[in-house]
Amino acid sequence: MDTIRHAIELGAVPEALQRATSSLLPLSPVRDSLEVITYPLEMGETSVRGAGFMPRVIGKIRSGATTAEDTQRAARELCALEVDLLLFAGGDGTARDVCSAVPAQFPCLGIPAGVKIHSGVYATNPRHAGELAGMYIQGKARLREAEVLDLDEDAYRNGRVGTCLYGTLHVPYRPLLLQNQKAPSPASEARQAEAIAADVVEGMQSGVAYILGPGTTTRAIAKELHVDKTLVGVDVVRDGKLIAKDVTEKQLLDLTERGPAGIIVTPIGGQGFLFGRGNQQIGPEVIRRVGRGNIIVVSTADKLRALRLQPLMVDTGDVEVDAVLAGYFSVVTGYKERMVYKVIS
Amino acid sequence: MTHATPQKLGVLKPVSPKPALRRFHQASWDEPVIFELSSAGQRGVLPPEPEAAVVDAAGDVFDNLPAGLKRKTAPALPEMSQIHVLRHYMRMSQENLGVDLNIDIGQGTWGMKYSPKVNDQLARSHKLSELHPLQPVSTVQGILEVMYRLEEMLKEISGMDRVTLQPGAGSAAIYANVAMIRAHHESRGEGEKRTEVITSSFSHPSNAAAAKVAGYKIITLPPDADGYPDFEALKAAVCERTAALLITNPEDTGIFNPRITEFVDLVHKAGGLCSYDQANANGLLGITRAREAGFDVCHFNLHKTFSTPHGCGGPAAGACGVTKEMAPFLPTPTVEFAGNSYYLDFNRPHSIGKIRPWYGVTGNMLKAYAWIMSLGADGLREVAETAVLNNNYLLNKVLEIRGVSAPYATGKRRIEQVRYSWEQLANDTGVHSEEIGFRAADFGTHYWTSHHPFVVPEPMTLEPTESYSKEDLDEYVTILKHIAEEAYTNPEIVRTAPHNSTVHKIDQESFDDPDAWAVTWRAYRRKLLKNK
Ligand SMILES: Cc1ncc(COP(=O)(O)O)c(C=O)c1O
Repeated sequence: MDTIRHAIELGAVPEALQRATSSLLPLSPVRDSLEVITYPLEMGETSVRGAGFMPRVIGKIRSGATTAEDTQRAARELCALEVDLLLFAGGDGTARDVCSAVPAQFPCLGIPAGVKIHSGVYATNPRHAGELAGMYIQGKARLREAEVLDLDEDAYRNGRVGTCLYGTLHVPYRPLLLQNQKAPSPASEARQAEAIAADVVEGMQSGVAYILGPGTTTRAIAKELHVDKTLVGVDVVRDGKLIAKDVTEKQLLDLTERGPAGIIVTPIGGQGFLFGRGNQQIGPEVIRRVGRGNIIVVSTADKLRALRLQPLMVDTGDVEVDAVLAGYFSVVTGYKERMVYKVIS
Repeated sequence: MTHATPQKLGVLKPVSPKPALRRFHQASWDEPVIFELSSAGQRGVLPPEPEAAVVDAAGDVFDNLPAGLKRKTAPALPEMSQIHVLRHYMRMSQENLGVDLNIDIGQGTWGMKYSPKVNDQLARSHKLSELHPLQPVSTVQGILEVMYRLEEMLKEISGMDRVTLQPGAGSAAIYANVAMIRAHHESRGEGEKRTEVITSSFSHPSNAAAAKVAGYKIITLPPDADGYPDFEALKAAVCERTAALLITNPEDTGIFNPRITEFVDLVHKAGGLCSYDQANANGLLGITRAREAGFDVCHFNLHKTFSTPHGCGGPAAGACGVTKEMAPFLPTPTVEFAGNSYYLDFNRPHSIGKIRPWYGVTGNMLKAYAWIMSLGADGLREVAETAVLNNNYLLNKVLEIRGVSAPYATGKRRIEQVRYSWEQLANDTGVHSEEIGFRAADFGTHYWTSHHPFVVPEPMTLEPTESYSKEDLDEYVTILKHIAEEAYTNPEIVRTAPHNSTVHKIDQESFDDPDAWAVTWRAYRRKLLKNK
């Protein structure tokens, strides 16, 4: 039997230990064919042993005083050992730490154990995480790109709460076991984004600078234009060419002074913020200059459904601009498809 | 879970009183695909060689075929004897839960009502089945009269001025309606300008699909907090580009939109037309009509509402009803009455043309005609009232089950179906709606798991129609209740279901992946067996 190498890495949340243990129980029947590599004590070892596995333990920690750096280091070292799948337990913070440490497209999966989880990289419950891991290892689950969301720190410092996109991880996917049941499959998700991109690109006017907000849907638009977009940053395209990458608010203010501009944004998963979280570069003055009529909101229909069709939110820090944005937007959900969607401030 | 065998039970006694749950077990035949059963040289029927005189008189019939139509190789059909074909399909039928076999209310939105067998017999009668669409009209006066009179009845039921029976299904009828709307705008020189069609999230997705096929941009209205299509969103959406509103009412949630006339008025003010998807008319017959709600066009599913259950329970047939302003655009031909005989009118310059070859699905028309005639006007209303009563009885019973809810319009009555949610149960137990469906199959009932647009989490849609008795509804509720209890006490048994049925778990992901589709035997060999 093939030896499959397998890694467990834990954030430092105490109840995470128990949850990580229960996630491994579905793997017990194939225990002997798995090699589990983990970090010491509360960073994996305790949970792994609790589930009856004999792990190979690497690294060193100061037990009782582990930090985000430990998580990042553990993730890096386990990836370097080329494990088949990196399992981690925690919440949005842990997902972010892992995301910052692992190479692009490295297979990862979250065991939900944290207090706040907006990220789509976690299984619906610990047991499902184990089942999903088992399926992936047996080739029965494919990978898909899922968003890592966490508290928007810039907004938070200004007293406003919300999530923003920090990156993506590649996680195994099975319809029933990840997030909500009817989460789109990788194939349908990608096709929806392509359809949206085709619509938006067809409608683009020459000479107009389009400000592309963060996200995988806006990235699909860049892809349709054959330009390389930053995932979490704001980029600008004009006449099919990338004219600025990862811009600041100041750059956007300069740009909007020089010529006609449009804004293309997609709501950030979790709470569904349209402006004011994760895209503060597109500040209120930029929005005012571009004008409401030149804002194109794009979203896959599945993403809106995941929000339970609750209104999108804006919180730009300028009540006047928020008031102008509130109301209904015709959200591009596909090629020649729109949903008239409520926005509140 | 396995069932006790007769030996384990000792003497097999008649079960009395009736068990709360059936000891169902489905046949499992491990039957191969029919192509795999082929055996070279086998034949079902061997017709006798023609006599020499016949051959002399007719010559080689294949000689007359144009060369371009002749195949170079014979088709790769399975070679089988008659008994093997029969056995194959009998076995397949036993691995099925057909509408005549189970309490088919778990297939909400499909109106799985009972079609009286006498109607099927009429439709299968040689008097109908041996008619040919190319026969001279003078020889088919009977079926033309049936069509004409059925149209008259549907006019009365919908309040509209003209009806066509040509569409081959509900979706085809919606498409015909969109095509007529497009023709109307074109006739006024507004075809270029009116490029958008508005529909709602919970309207049947065929409305959006048909309009998209007709070239329109689709604008969808989400539901408001009460589950009605958001009227404020409609106000934001309606403009000079609006060609039409295509809407279902009640929507697939079973909630009737009480402001429907306001929706219609708003769209009319902007110069758009309104199309009423009345495929869910089962709870409305004799109670409300498209005409009074102000619609320009509407459609019925003759299957679903007027005899013939939906899906594989019988072929589909759609009917469109239109106002007299829209009548010139109706598909060609129309059935007309000239005082003493019926004829087909092909001379209709404004018509959208054909929606389907010939004149429609005549078997369904005859069934619908027989069904309406047997019930009469009062009977139709009773159908609607019974369907609504059954649904609301079921709603009350289902809501007593732990873990289930009926989102939106809480406390209000529903029309003919309800989209329920097992979200609470899923949160509590990790058991999903789909798994409940697999477990339901263990008790001999079908439970459908397609609920577009998937806004309601962990959905279940039940539609009891007028056909099921109180005992049937109680049995169905008992099954659901039992499964919910299992989910709370022994979730594994639900999650690993089915145990007594041949239902297969399908890898849903492959539905979205054309590379995994194998809709023909050839594709199956190429993609899955990696042959050729
Ligand atoms: C409300 C509604 N509209 C339209 C349709 C489409 O009808 P068909 O399946 O015959 O194309 C259905 C199908 O059940 C329906 O429920």
